[in-house]
Amino acid sequence: MTERYVGQRITRNEDPRLLTGQALFVDDMDIPGMLHAAFLRSDYAHARINSIDVSAARKRPGVVAVYTAEDLGDYWRPGPLLVPAPHSVENVIFNQRTQVPLVKDKAKYVGEAIAVVFAVSRYVAEDALEDIWVDYEPLAPVVDIERALDSDAPLIHEGLDSNLCAHLAQEKGDYEAACREADLVISRRIAIDRGAAAAMENRGLVANWDDKSQQLTLWDTTQAPIPVRNGLAGMLGLSEHQVRVIAPFVGGGFGPKIMMFLPEEVLLPWASMKLKRPIKWIEDRQENFYATTQERGQVHQAEMALTSDGRILGIKDVFVHDTGAYDPYGMTLPLNTQSHAMGAYDVPNYLTDAKVVFTNKMIVTPVRGAGRPQGIFVAERLLDLAARKLGIDRIEIRKRNFISPDDFPHNHKIIDQAFSPLVLDSGNYRLALEQAAERIGWQEFIGEEQPRLVAEGKHVGIGIASFIETTGIGPYEGARITVEASGKISVATGVGTQGQGHFTSFAQIVADQLGVSVRDVHLVTGDTAAFHWGTGTFASRGAVVAANAIYAAAKTVRAKIFDLASKTLETPKEKLELVDGHVRVADIPDQAITLGELAVLANPMRGAVEPGSEPGLEATDYFGPRYGATASGTHAMILEVDSDTMMVEIKRYVAVEDCGTVLNPLIVDGQIHGGVALGIANSYYEKLVFDEAGQLLNASLADYLIPSALEIPRIEIGHEETLSPLNPLGTKGAGEAGTIPVPALFAQALEDALADYDLEILEMPLSPNRLFELMQEARMERGDA
Amino acid sequence: MSDMRQISVNVNGCQYDRTVEPRLLLSDFLRHDLGLTGTHVGCEHGVCGACTILLDGQPVRSCLVFAVQADGCEIDTVEGLGTMEKLHPIQQAFRETHGVQCGFCTPGILMTLVPFLEENSDPSEPEIRQAISGNLCRCTGYQHIVDAVLLAAEESRPEHSQ
Repeated sequence: MTERYVGQRITRNEDPRLLTGQALFVDDMDIPGMLHAAFLRSDYAHARINSIDVSAARKRPGVVAVYTAEDLGDYWRPGPLLVPAPHSVENVIFNQRTQVPLVKDKAKYVGEAIAVVFAVSRYVAEDALEDIWVDYEPLAPVVDIERALDSDAPLIHEGLDSNLCAHLAQEKGDYEAACREADLVISRRIAIDRGAAAAMENRGLVANWDDKSQQLTLWDTTQAPIPVRNGLAGMLGLSEHQVRVIAPFVGGGFGPKIMMFLPEEVLLPWASMKLKRPIKWIEDRQENFYATTQERGQVHQAEMALTSDGRILGIKDVFVHDTGAYDPYGMTLPLNTQSHAMGAYDVPNYLTDAKVVFTNKMIVTPVRGAGRPQGIFVAERLLDLAARKLGIDRIEIRKRNFISPDDFPHNHKIIDQAFSPLVLDSGNYRLALEQAAERIGWQEFIGEEQPRLVAEGKHVGIGIASFIETTGIGPYEGARITVEASGKISVATGVGTQGQGHFTSFAQIVADQLGVSVRDVHLVTGDTAAFHWGTGTFASRGAVVAANAIYAAAKTVRAKIFDLASKTLETPKEKLELVDGHVRVADIPDQAITLGELAVLANPMRGAVEPGSEPGLEATDYFGPRYGATASGTHAMILEVDSDTMMVEIKRYVAVEDCGTVLNPLIVDGQIHGGVALGIANSYYEKLVFDEAGQLLNASLADYLIPSALEIPRIEIGHEETLSPLNPLGTKGAGEAGTIPVPALFAQALEDALADYDLEILEMPLSPNRLFELMQEARMERGDA
Repeated sequence: MSDMRQISVNVNGCQYDRTVEPRLLLSDFLRHDLGLTGTHVGCEHGVCGACTILLDGQPVRSCLVFAVQADGCEIDTVEGLGTMEKLHPIQQAFRETHGVQCGFCTPGILMTLVPFLEENSDPSEPEIRQAISGNLCRCTGYQHIVDAVLLAAEESRPEHSQ
């Protein structure tokens, strides 16, 4: 009997290759005659470039070519706007300024590419960078996002009268009226600074133009191979069928690998065509800090209006969002923040006003969480402060404000990142909260353990925070499923994979429908030659959008199998069953035909395919949701602060998640673990530190502290399953959920652990040093320093 | 160009004689000169641990060693552990517990763990976390990796094999 796979902890199909070092990553490509690229990058955050002298570099033995902007001719043009502005919103301002392939006149951030060298080895290419002379005229930079709009701020982009990139205000209800009726208004400045995604694999590319076949192949560490293909074909004047983009195994994505058409991706294919040589570029770790996009970076002035019994009447959130030097990703991040600053709560009146500003720093595009952790931080922090002020328990105040389970779909009446109405599809937020409180032992800890530990002089605290995550947005994904003559199944889909286990979770769906072993389902992802419709892996959408396309195609193939088997076995379909790779007559198990035999029959060598039918047991299908699904959950933690060193030890961590139908709990657990780890990093370890000149001061893994196995605790996971009504599988995304509530939770638990200091933690990321400063400030305010 | 040096190394039981630049990193030598691309490079400054290999039985970061320094040494890389058909017990344990997501850091972690488990047949969770604290992983939050090591240790103990 064939097992049922969906919902089971199935070990992964892709692991043997990854575990034995046989999986292909971009840097593993080696093509005879391959050149290696190295980029000269700006030393200044803001500087006019008067001249560039590459003559010595060109003369270095082993160097094949050196290009600056002026060598690019007509190919030099700003990159495409990847996400347009939401023009459906009234009075939206958006000033499009996208990145350029190489700096022509003015460098706008440290690390911006100025010149590129192609040489016989990476070592020689990097040597030649030292030969290039650039005459810079340094300009005052814009670093602090709160001063970017000052009237005397240096202007980053010509043709604009300020550093305003975008302005988007949305309102539902009437916040000011709600405020007048409120018993309590909490108003605070809240700041969230920048971090790096820091995938363990840096970005990389291998471009190979084959002059004889007139084909360009690009191996690319991208999360979006199909849009890269389509965009490059347009830029290079090629047919889309002349360009093949392959995202092989990718060593972690986390967002920045969705950013398309950064200089390297634009220049390597072009240079490969020009030089008629394969070319490799592999980013090194330092470059990753300077040349790969980053995220967070917002300052909020936020208010919450409440009744005396802790019910939220309204939220007002006016914030500045840092887009860095350019804005290719449109307004996705501030829109996500706007969609999440109401948290999991029923907020009748909401006013949100986002100003996006240009700064002389690396471009900002989504990093796992993608604007959502900031929104949740605002909602949760304000609610916590209100609870403290009103003397209401932290769990109780959340229960009082959750959107009720019978109030779904819940229309928040603003638009989200997909420009659709922000409609939360389903959920039961209270269940996750209660489960999290139960698992962490909330009552026992607060009632017994904490008082005992505090009496021993320990600084232990507990926290609990709830969140939503809008996931699984459109427009669509697709898949093609084929039964091969071997009886094995091949599946091709457009989304790339960066470790999410698609080779297994998608195979589980197909195996269930087609009655085969999950090991006999072979998946191809991220190769435009295998499937060329789709957008990419982002916004926690793989298990929603791609998985439902696969489900639809599998059902069609299943129907085709039954049709053909019915004819072949001369038996009505109702009497047939599909198990173990065979179709058999239910009552007569030895009257059976294998899927392989049926596949051969479906693709005859003689005779004719009947009109109206297609050869093969194959189907292609697509799925596009009307609007995104909404995952949700509650996390809780217990931590201890060492008041001598300010080091924090997380004693317990509980994550209760609702991502709808769980396709593979083993994989979902792993996604949550990784998401929480990044959230902890975002809270207490990782921060990109820029000085006043816009120089990044910690551009190495020795200085930018990614937590190790010693800092990340064991994470206990609980599930609630409210199925999404928006797709047949009932899935919601799980990729980013783990990250989203952690900073809010961490802040609350720290405040609880340091209750005697009466801290308010209104910024992230913290560090031991910064926490020490906050405690000193609290002491000074109390006058007992 | 700088003068070249002749080196001779034994990698996974095979002898290789090559001429290399003195500045060539051992990680680049293994990956690009020998084509053993299972060893990954994540930072090239000795922090992330992705490039960990065994040099004369000791785990080292191959990005911090020049190829010429490995002259005459025995090297083990991930390709020398198990095969896709017959995984090494530690590889099998990683598969069972989902200790792999993107798989980029995995070869370095496996090579760190092989000598660790040889010296510690019954490690505690804190000992395991200490042992892999020099290997960064961005996907897993380390928990399933720790579980893999606990499982591999359990299955290697004599009482288990009876």
